[in-house]
Amino acid sequence: MEPLTWTGPLGDWLDPLLLAAAGLFGLSLVLRLLAGLVPAPAPEAVVHPDGTLGLRGGSRTTPQAWALLASRATGALVLATLAAYLVGGLLLPYGEAGIVGAMIRRFLPVWVALGATLALSFAFRRRLGLYGRIFDSPVGTTGFVLVMFWVYTAIFAGVFGWIATHDPLAAVSGMKNRPPGEPLPAATDWMAGAHYLLGGDNLARDVFSRMVMGSWTVVQIAPLATLFAFMVGITLGLPAGYRGGWLDTALSFLANLILAFPVILLFYLLVTPEVVRTGLPTWMAAAMFLAPILFVAVLLWSRFRTDPARAVPLIAAVVAAMGWVYLSFISQPGTPLDFMGRLDLFDVPPGVLVVFVAVVFVNAPTVFRIVRGLTMDIKSRDYVAAAQTRGEGPWYIMLWEILPNVRGPLIVDFCLRIGYTTILLGALGFFGLGLPPDSPDWGSTINAGRQLLSIFPHPAVVPAVALLTLVLGLNLLADGLREESLRD
Amino acid sequence: MARFILVRIATMLVTALCLTFIVFWLTNIGPNLEKIARSEAGSRISDAEVASWLERNGYAEPVLLRYAQWLGVAPGWTRQEADGTWRGRCLGPGETPEEAPAFCGVLQGDWGFSRVFRRDVSEVILRGLALTGALMGWVMLVMVPGALLVGIVAGMREGSRTDRVLSTGAILTTATPEYVSGVVFIAVFSSSAVGLRWFNGSATSAMDAITFQNFTLPVMTIALYGMGYIARMTRASMAEVMTSQYIRTARLKGVSFGAVVLRHALRNALIAPFTVIMLQFPWLLTGVVIVETLFNYKGFGWTLVEAAGNNDIDLLLAVSVVSVIVVLLTQLISDIGYALLNPRIRLS
Repeated sequence: MEPLTWTGPLGDWLDPLLLAAAGLFGLSLVLRLLAGLVPAPAPEAVVHPDGTLGLRGGSRTTPQAWALLASRATGALVLATLAAYLVGGLLLPYGEAGIVGAMIRRFLPVWVALGATLALSFAFRRRLGLYGRIFDSPVGTTGFVLVMFWVYTAIFAGVFGWIATHDPLAAVSGMKNRPPGEPLPAATDWMAGAHYLLGGDNLARDVFSRMVMGSWTVVQIAPLATLFAFMVGITLGLPAGYRGGWLDTALSFLANLILAFPVILLFYLLVTPEVVRTGLPTWMAAAMFLAPILFVAVLLWSRFRTDPARAVPLIAAVVAAMGWVYLSFISQPGTPLDFMGRLDLFDVPPGVLVVFVAVVFVNAPTVFRIVRGLTMDIKSRDYVAAAQTRGEGPWYIMLWEILPNVRGPLIVDFCLRIGYTTILLGALGFFGLGLPPDSPDWGSTINAGRQLLSIFPHPAVVPAVALLTLVLGLNLLADGLREESLRD
Repeated sequence: MARFILVRIATMLVTALCLTFIVFWLTNIGPNLEKIARSEAGSRISDAEVASWLERNGYAEPVLLRYAQWLGVAPGWTRQEADGTWRGRCLGPGETPEEAPAFCGVLQGDWGFSRVFRRDVSEVILRGLALTGALMGWVMLVMVPGALLVGIVAGMREGSRTDRVLSTGAILTTATPEYVSGVVFIAVFSSSAVGLRWFNGSATSAMDAITFQNFTLPVMTIALYGMGYIARMTRASMAEVMTSQYIRTARLKGVSFGAVVLRHALRNALIAPFTVIMLQFPWLLTGVVIVETLFNYKGFGWTLVEAAGNNDIDLLLAVSVVSVIVVLLTQLISDIGYALLNPRIRLS
């Protein structure tokens, strides 16, 4: 069986078209720069018969206007060619559109979900608050599309097992370090799974499937770990900023202590198997993951404390539910904390809990500092004084007056921080810490691929580009959110 | 001012003490010591032999006491073997406790012995720091002017096309961690698969002689990640200055745009980036670890990985002391520098 080329027979006429369009687009951009140097004739003021003033001449016939038109037309041509690849990949039979087409076909569920999300969000964007306003900024929209692409990929690959063509852990003999588009030795039919779309790695596993499955690890850990870091940071940062005094001094000292550690050193100290065996990370998890329960309990109590008849059962129910999840989360067979037995709801895979703890531990102090700073800034506002005069308790003021008013910067930082957490997870994998070595997560894959990087770059470059696009999407999304929330 | 610096230095010392104690405790935790015993005395020894090896080499004492010995505030352990020879922390081969000094810790200038490199820790650290210093010097030389230039050009006309292009570029570089850009650079510029082969994919030869071929990729990899962040801070600061009253006044009295940017805006716009650049050092440290591992350049970051991977206690402690000092010192310098550059800030 023949190997796939990058764009297949479809590319025979689309590739030159794309090349030409891109070339023309570049040329028109240069023209635009040059035209910008030529001074434009100033438009002439005219008095209309009805006595109003207007402008005549100027923009339509100048070289600048022509250059703008040219760059728009060629840009549209580039986009149309790219769309042709997409449509071609979806409609043509397997192999006709090459590797690109086959990959686009594999991502079909993602395109459908992405399209639906975008269409619905765009249609109702005026009623969706800050989320809807993302779509007012092109930067934010680009970021959102990139992020949601990976989120959907992760969910469809991880939960439904759709997108990956092969088992990410299974090796096929003869496929070691093969280039992209190589057919499997046993394949006979032109159908999905007949080729390693992005080649094989140095253990003869499918690079494409590993990249797709790797997104599931990241999408599972990064947002949740960031959320936990925010819970810890907020629970400690609000009282530190609001109360000040010795509490603030002590907590700030602790935060600075952790921040002064080089991140890599901290990871090496926490995540090595010897330290894991002592159960230290498990105990840290037990301590840190109490923060969300405390947070929610205090949040509810401060709101409903004047009505104990409703507050007590509500808080009891919520704490019991969260407590059960908490206990199942920290109780793992094979670690010093294993006490749940049959009541254990789920088990976190080995290594993941440790990685989770390390990432939360590194992120929480920074969140603490941000929340503390924002609280100190806002606690002298009038509405805080009004709440104090009403006789509200300190926790009510912190959680229901101050916290909602600092949500803008916190949401922006949340997006950025998920990106940073993704980078940290990759760094952990890069140093071979935490997750098992055959795990398909991007950091470990890059680490495995870098040994032979100068001969077979594809096993390392594919996850590297995947990680880059996800983090870039999160950064762009944060930038769009910041722009839109500043507009208020 | 003097009081401020004194308080800061005192805090620094306390922080360094706490951190080194945490590192000491974590590296001396039970299974870690067991690993040391097995790697030193043979991997097949029994648990009882592990215990006796630890006992004989002074690892069995309480952690706090041993930390004090490492620090040099408690006398080093000594012990007489059955055959009458002495062993001890401060004792060379064949010495007796009377001949050797009682204290030998960091305060006495004795940083201990590296198990992995079989050399004095101070020697290993100094060699690593010299190599990393060269790397960082070049990184700073590329990163700081580049970032400032990008930030100033983007910030002087906020919202213009140039600004948008440069800002998006800056976001792209901050979204590219070193292990991604390094891998992509090696794949593109030095692999046989792409075939450009402009630069070396390894910086090992740069330890003897730095050339354009072997040092460009590591320097660019680190510089790029930090560049975007500094550029964005510079841009924000520049954009803020450009909207201020005195700039408008200068424009209205007829000063050309270039002169306004260079003479009036620049000086005030560079205060904030100064702080950011100083605070980048701790971040660069992480980048250095990754890049030195990726490009096999045996500097400070590479030493850190080797020490941590092999639980080389003395070396790891020295590494953490050095990095903590770097982090805290740059924070101090950035605070003082900020106050000196901006007369509106009073330290108290």
